Amino acid sequence: MADLLAPGHRGCAGCPASICVRQVLDAAGPNTICTNATGCLEVMTTPYPETAWKVPWAHSAFENSAAMASGIEAAYKALNRRNGTNKKPNIIAFAGDGGTFDIGLQALSGALERGHRMLFVCYDNEAYMNTGIQRCSSSPIGAWTTTSPEGSCSSGKTQRKKPIAMIAAAHDIPYVATACISYPQDLKAKVKKALSFDGPSFLHVFAPCPTGWRFPSEKTIAMGKLAVETGVFVLYEMTDAEPMKPIVTVKPKEFRPVEEYLQAQGRFAHLFKPKRDEVTLKRIQEDVDRKLKWVGLKP
Amino acid sequence: MVTKITKGCVIYNSPTSLGNKTGGWRTMKPVVDEEKCKKCNICWQFCPDSSIEPADRKANKAIKINYDYCKGCGICAAECPFKAITMVMEEK
Ligand code: SF4
Ligand code: SF4
Repeated sequence: MADLLAPGHRGCAGCPASICVRQVLDAAGPNTICTNATGCLEVMTTPYPETAWKVPWAHSAFENSAAMASGIEAAYKALNRRNGTNKKPNIIAFAGDGGTFDIGLQALSGALERGHRMLFVCYDNEAYMNTGIQRCSSSPIGAWTTTSPEGSCSSGKTQRKKPIAMIAAAHDIPYVATACISYPQDLKAKVKKALSFDGPSFLHVFAPCPTGWRFPSEKTIAMGKLAVETGVFVLYEMTDAEPMKPIVTVKPKEFRPVEEYLQAQGRFAHLFKPKRDEVTLKRIQEDVDRKLKWVGLKP
Repeated sequence: MVTKITKGCVIYNSPTSLGNKTGGWRTMKPVVDEEKCKKCNICWQFCPDSSIEPADRKANKAIKINYDYCKGCGICAAECPFKAITMVMEEK
């Protein structure tokens, strides 16, 4: 067991992004090259001249982590051809939800379509945490953010969360999976599987953020488990052998009430006090049920 | 701190973050009960700050916390299935 992310980085106490990187790199091993979109992870691990990365790593702009990873893969192809070698390091592009769902979507789509041998890992903490908790297309219905505040005419974010893994899978690529830092065995198995394909793969990692979601730092892992046990986030994988058919990898025996998950986080506090916001709570429950139906966990 | 900027801002001697001792951030401190530690390394998987030296079952060695960097988040204590870690108030 080797830690490929060194301590001394400036992530908040209880940060899920660094847990995600540690688990992904533990599965991938040292023969790995990473790119990293602008975001919490990049800012906290590499304030020049400090870096916490023990594998080769490069910072791209906010939008082009996938494009940079594509370029590295293409460069390896060219160098192998020129030098008669066959070097194939793992190439992993990291980005937060902003660098994936919103700003990085176009570069991601391009890289997936071109078919580069690379793994794109999105650690999803459901808002722009690095710049001060602004809403993202990854933020869920009802969530407070600084740009979707709660008040007399607003119940937090109105819109649904973008189904990014399905969008990636619709590119008809070899492998797409969702994972959560609270289930490291499942996450690592998926990283290994993803890296075994000779083409692009996409991993959507659920990463509960104590700072932005307003919960105590020791609950990061518990919150991820609660999300899976309530059906708010489903762990599944898909291959192009059966396109768009998610196979659930962690199936809770029985789903816990979604409200347990909501009540544990300050970003949903306005849904319960001063009085219960029944309309939004119903919308959230319906949304969870629809997504469970989508992956075949509800009839 | 004055830094000589390298070409392309390349950092050659990674990991240079080790110079930043984040242990000073801590208000609560994890304390391991070596008797109770079953060496499963579950806590190690979850530490956001790579501040746990993994346990070695063969050598019967419990985990060790690196207080130079541990930020005291409390995840290890919360996730240890054997309650081998307790959080206590940091004293200076
Ligand atoms: S989780 Fe608990 S029992 Fe397991 S290695 Fe850590 S301290 Fe020891
Ligand atoms: S308290 Fe947090 S930072 Fe410190 S060792 Fe435990 S998990 Fe790591």
